[in-house]
Amino acid sequence: MIELDQVTLVYPGMTLSFDLSVDAGECLALVGPSGAGKSTLLSVVAGFEQPTSGRVRLAGEDVTESPPASRPVTTVFQEHNLFAHLDATANVGLGIDPGLKLSRDDHARVALALDQVGLGGLGGRLPVELSGGQRQRVALARALVRRRPILLLDEPFAALGPALRREMLDLVDALRRAETLTTILVSHHPEDALQAADRSAFVSEGRIIAIDQTARLFSSGTHPELSDYLGRAE
Amino acid sequence: MAERSEPLMHRFAPGVLVMALLAMIVGAAFFGLLRESTGLEPGLLWDDIYLRRVVVFTLWQAFLSTLLSLGLALPVARALARRQRFPGRSLLLRLLGLPLVVPTIVAVFGIVAIYGQTGLMNRLAAGLGFEPVQYLYGLGGILIAHVFFNLPLAVRLLLPAWQSVPGESWRLAAQLGMSSRDILCLVEWPMLRPLLPQVATLVFMLCFTSFAVVLTLGGGPASTTIEVAIYQALRFDFDLGRATLLALLQLICCATLVAAVQAMGKHHLVNPTEGRVQPRPDLDHVPGRLFDFACIGLVLVSTLLPLGAVVTSGLVGPLAQVLADPQLWNSAALSLGIALTSSALAVLAGVGILITSRELRINRRRTGLAEATELCGSLILVIPPLVLGTGFFIVLRPLVNVFTWSPLLIVVVNALMGLPYVMRVLGPPMTRVTQQHERLCASLDIRGWDRLRMVEWPLLRQPAGLSLALCAALSTGDLGVVALFGSQDVTTLPLLLYQRLAGYQMGEAAVTALFLLTLSLLLFGGIERLIGGRAHD
Repeated sequence: MIELDQVTLVYPGMTLSFDLSVDAGECLALVGPSGAGKSTLLSVVAGFEQPTSGRVRLAGEDVTESPPASRPVTTVFQEHNLFAHLDATANVGLGIDPGLKLSRDDHARVALALDQVGLGGLGGRLPVELSGGQRQRVALARALVRRRPILLLDEPFAALGPALRREMLDLVDALRRAETLTTILVSHHPEDALQAADRSAFVSEGRIIAIDQTARLFSSGTHPELSDYLGRAE
Repeated sequence: MAERSEPLMHRFAPGVLVMALLAMIVGAAFFGLLRESTGLEPGLLWDDIYLRRVVVFTLWQAFLSTLLSLGLALPVARALARRQRFPGRSLLLRLLGLPLVVPTIVAVFGIVAIYGQTGLMNRLAAGLGFEPVQYLYGLGGILIAHVFFNLPLAVRLLLPAWQSVPGESWRLAAQLGMSSRDILCLVEWPMLRPLLPQVATLVFMLCFTSFAVVLTLGGGPASTTIEVAIYQALRFDFDLGRATLLALLQLICCATLVAAVQAMGKHHLVNPTEGRVQPRPDLDHVPGRLFDFACIGLVLVSTLLPLGAVVTSGLVGPLAQVLADPQLWNSAALSLGIALTSSALAVLAGVGILITSRELRINRRRTGLAEATELCGSLILVIPPLVLGTGFFIVLRPLVNVFTWSPLLIVVVNALMGLPYVMRVLGPPMTRVTQQHERLCASLDIRGWDRLRMVEWPLLRQPAGLSLALCAALSTGDLGVVALFGSQDVTTLPLLLYQRLAGYQMGEAAVTALFLLTLSLLLFGGIERLIGGRAHD
């Protein structure tokens, strides 16, 4: 479903290379220190970054050259997912039509999506009138109405407290199962991966060092970098 | 802390002193106007067809000029925002700053050379077999000149708004597949909406009080603004009553406009950003690309053509004869003297006000009082030069020979004209320096001369140089009160050029225009380099 085939990105002083395949409907977590290249990997899938070499295939189709909007992908970023001058309904509605020309059916879909993320009745609020968690729910609602088979989550809950983060991950888990979305979740926290991801990959210094069933990966102890990252003494 | 090492009253003295001086100058002018106006019937104003026509025309031309300038500036600013990289972009941006420095009367000369009866446009039309058209004198010429000055200004004011759209918004637009039209409605328009009324009011005010352009291109009583009507009433009809009435009327209009600008305030929607860089997604569309470069080409040509005409017609004019004329050098010396004195005064007064206002704002947290203090620097916007001049004229006439005092009056008015620019250029950096270094300076006991030498000067010399250079260029090119108070003995370069234009000495005028242009640019560049030091970009 998601295939990165010998993708490399060359930056001054750093080269990243990724080889990865994620099955349809699977949720993969990317964990690793900051600056390791997790977000860059997502940007390559989403189309915000062009690889220096290699191919990106999504749903069997080569999209290496395609612009972000034409890929079967939707991304929820850590912050700034919403336009500050538009209310929640309009921000979700943009996912259906980027010019906000919405039919009555479309409005019903927006309302339904807001219900699904637990924001029923709050569609008239501006982003400043919502809490951090609520803003991310609006972004999730928009991801739902876009009906893209691939959902990328770039540390979307990093700014939230532990309880709220668990709640949001449960929501994501339920939504992606209901809609059978192929999901990649970037996170700093192993517990996020344990809670929501079928498999996890450990990324360090621009490459994937280990990839396995989530529970097995974190208990294996065969990768010294991973142990260092987790802070476990062997 | 038992004793503060520096009595903070020192920080109030400069501002209070400057404000007292301003109050005296403006108060005197006011006193004159009010004394002369007793016995005048305001009702006369609307009964007088001439006056009514002047007021209506003033509003009408300002409205049209604003509409045209902004209507053209919007696509140009958008094009420049969309095309971040093309050869000559930074040069073009610098070119757009030129109309602020080029003397109005010089630009008018260039505009006549391009759009006049025998200008380039008519010659091109003749080449294609069309009859020459006379459209320059009157509303047409006024609009062309106002667009020449205000289109680049509006572009420079609007462009930062586009650049403030955060990369995150473009990332979202890319993800959602927004077209150029969607971006226009959903990203750009909301960003422009709070800014447009401010820019529009500023341009309107500049055109409303425009003097030199209307004086030279206005052509007769049918197209006269209040500012020019004051000049005519004083200089030709010697009708003090009418001049006073017009001046008071102008004052009321300007005060209303300034109040409107102030009321609009600075309601900027701050876009949160992590400083992400993401290009906007609608750049590769071919018609869009063509449109952008057409806009950029248009502003380039319309700005360059008149200036180019000044250079070429100056070079083919009777250079040797004009340069040998002592009148030119007398005028140049006078202009230079006025420019240097008035710009130094403007910067000193500006710094005085700013020292006090930043003390109020940062250390005393009296923001309202600080803003009121800074507003004093913009008095000239409420009381335009000719209104101030009329007041001076009334007060001084019974006491002294106004014309022997005229250089002093010109210096004072020019300094007042430069003051708003000083406040704008020097204000933000001065506030920033205090915010960043006040505590450090206090803890290390750096103060007085040491603080000026080691902290303020290195950090502020660049904006200080820029504001001094701006004031000097503005004063060198000013054709305002000098038209009112000028005489055989007191002829500045712009007035000399105006007289030669009015006398149809086109050859002499061409060389004088080029001379004045060169002097302004040299003065601007020289002061900016000398005081501001090398720009570190």
